[in-house]
Amino acid sequence: MGHHASSADIDRQVKTYILIFVTLLVLTMVTVAVSRLHLPVAGAVAVALIVASIKGSLVAGYFMHLLSERKLIYWVLGFTVAFFLAVLLLPLWTHFDPITN
Amino acid sequence: MEIPYTVAERPDTGLNNGKIGIWLFLASEVMLFGALFATYLMMRTGAVTWPRGDSILNVPLATINTVVLISSSVTMVMAWASLKRNDFGKFRLFMGLTVLAGFGFLGIKYVEYTTKFHHGLFPSTNTFLAIYFTLTGLHGLHVIGGMAINAYLWGPGSKLWKTNPEHFTNRVENSGLFWHFVDLVWIFLFPILYLL
Repeated sequence: MGHHASSADIDRQVKTYILIFVTLLVLTMVTVAVSRLHLPVAGAVAVALIVASIKGSLVAGYFMHLLSERKLIYWVLGFTVAFFLAVLLLPLWTHFDPITN
Repeated sequence: MEIPYTVAERPDTGLNNGKIGIWLFLASEVMLFGALFATYLMMRTGAVTWPRGDSILNVPLATINTVVLISSSVTMVMAWASLKRNDFGKFRLFMGLTVLAGFGFLGIKYVEYTTKFHHGLFPSTNTFLAIYFTLTGLHGLHVIGGMAINAYLWGPGSKLWKTNPEHFTNRVENSGLFWHFVDLVWIFLFPILYLL
């Protein structure tokens, strides 16, 4: 974003920012409320990560303007996500393939 | 010699240099935090027992800090939008609020840390606290870094607005991208460390 945005565009975006702000606050309260239900670990992790991912997507998409970014940035982030997932999954791989005597 | 493409978009990428630079930097930051998240994952899945974060940490304070950081993301983007509207006064207001929110976040973190130390809970106490202090400490350093840049743009760095407003607006946008990233990292740290 930022590519030649007009004043009217900015006004519209400001309204969107406020809406996203309220949504993020509500989702924060949802995260805390769900944690108090003391769900089984797998369910609690799933809910917490799904809500965090939605919040993260809103921040990246609107505040960081990723929804209207240039193609090169998407390529950079695509590679980053691939390597990030590899780094996260490698330890899990070792966990499911333990050394046994 | 003037550096090219600080304002104009490069013909090959459609982006100015600063924008490409900050996104590449953020990509490296994702890997830095990614390595620590992976460490957390390995330690947690490999541990016989693992405490729930809320049995050790202060969830209400962390919730307030989450709200503070989310609010600062909004004021940051409003600071940038104010420059796009040619309203420098509003920019100063919103950027000032963003820096103040950073101080608020660090103040609450200070209370959390000192309370833990007071109760004899240190990084060396157990694996959970080791990864907690490492992740939140590194995140805190990022908050300090972002505040320093934002404070510079609020103060002495804002002189550029008079001579080259577009370049200054780009700097604020790039600084904002870093600040939003810091917010984004916290959005994941909060549930992972405090609530699970």
